[in-house]
Amino acid sequence: MKEILTHTAKETQSVAQQLARKLRPNSTITLTGDLGAGKTTFTKGLGAGLGVKRTINSPTFTIVKTYSGNIPLYHIDAYRLEDSEEDIGFDDYFYGGGITVVEWPQFIEPFLPTERLDLTIERKGEDERLIRCQPRGVSFEKICEELGQ
Amino acid sequence: MGETMREEHSTYILAIETSCDETAVAIIKDGTEVIANVVASQIKSHQRFGGVVPEVASRHHVEQITYVLEQALTEATMTIEEIDAIAVTEGPGLVGALLVGVSAAKALAFAHQKPLIGVHHIAGHIYANRLQEEFSFPLLALVVSGGHTELILMNEHGSFEVIGETRDDAAGEAYDKVARTMHLPYPGGPEVDRLAHLGQDTLQFPRVWLEEDSLDFSFSGLKSAVINKLHNADQQGLILKKEDIAASFQASVVEVLTEKTYRAANQNRVKQVIVAGGVAANKGLRTALAERFDQTDIQLSIPPFALCTDNAAMIGAAAMVAYQKGNRADWAMNANPGLDLEAYGRR
Repeated sequence: MKEILTHTAKETQSVAQQLARKLRPNSTITLTGDLGAGKTTFTKGLGAGLGVKRTINSPTFTIVKTYSGNIPLYHIDAYRLEDSEEDIGFDDYFYGGGITVVEWPQFIEPFLPTERLDLTIERKGEDERLIRCQPRGVSFEKICEELGQ
Repeated sequence: MGETMREEHSTYILAIETSCDETAVAIIKDGTEVIANVVASQIKSHQRFGGVVPEVASRHHVEQITYVLEQALTEATMTIEEIDAIAVTEGPGLVGALLVGVSAAKALAFAHQKPLIGVHHIAGHIYANRLQEEFSFPLLALVVSGGHTELILMNEHGSFEVIGETRDDAAGEAYDKVARTMHLPYPGGPEVDRLAHLGQDTLQFPRVWLEEDSLDFSFSGLKSAVINKLHNADQQGLILKKEDIAASFQASVVEVLTEKTYRAANQNRVKQVIVAGGVAANKGLRTALAERFDQTDIQLSIPPFALCTDNAAMIGAAAMVAYQKGNRADWAMNANPGLDLEAYGRR
């Protein structure tokens, strides 16, 4: 597990942006953190790294938002799926040739790819954030190691 | 059936909407007149979940679509042969839910050899207003719902420019989450609105304006402020009046929405402002906008309650513009959950 401490929202976004450039198509990243931890902020940075031009905003109501960049960005929020045990066609996103970001991943745990990157964001102060990076599968180990360097 | 209603030189569009939790079918004459409007809501089954669960939603759409279709034709005393075109919400929305409507529309259009028209859900919300009165351009639409908070400029029929949008949560989503934290029943928006009218704006929640000339919105900070306030009060054993929390939260949302809409309307010298989407049913917002645009040359239009929430009449109204432009979908039309409004307008 790798830990990165950022001091501003901008710094958090640049970590995300850097991560975006290292990811291969069909990669899934889970994002865990409390309300206000900066999951959307992080996703905006990731989108910037993928060349997404449109505003990235909350997918809570729509469950999934799709953005076109150099490769597609699929932004999933599983918040409303807490009591649903059905597959809404997740694989079309996870293996749809883009990068998938999943917020509230615990609600769709059985459907998540076994190879993925688990990130948690913890609020340490007004703007300080501790980002923890946990690789699932060898292909993500190096990416984790190099993150924030 | 079907002998009395139809007028020879009019265009009748049968429209289907299944993008979220309503299964709806309507028949619209010339894009401006409602002949039939049937909505089967799934709110009851969603109450158990406190939100829209997509797979539940699509299963219900499948169960209800045929019944709702028949009901609409019966209400109109028309047969499908008398319909000129079939329209359907193509996106955005939940893919499984959208697919039910798209498949039904394709099957109907194919079986009866009718033109098929795909409609953008938000274009539909804006065109709900044309069922009430004709548009005056340039026109500004404030679209506020659970998934959207956008300011859209229209210079002519069927053209859309997004000049402001939320950078995080939609206004309706903030309502839903605040309502959940307050343990209010689903759907939470109308309940917060109701409580707000019984309370006072005493809690001084922030108003987020962003950069000076920005027409974008941000409601995530307000949502956090409300939730923090509730948690802190809980820990200190304080009891806040639910009515005051609702009133203070609503005051912040309404002030920002109203001011930015007013600013955008003036900057673009629009003749008409339209409010669309589920949150347009909010009494606090309707009152504040009416006051702000009173004594101006700008005409403010808000559709009646029944047309603010999801329905198919609005899809039929928007489809008429596409029909006149000659836009037809082919049999390859698919549900398009990420459909872009500006790109849709350029078709």
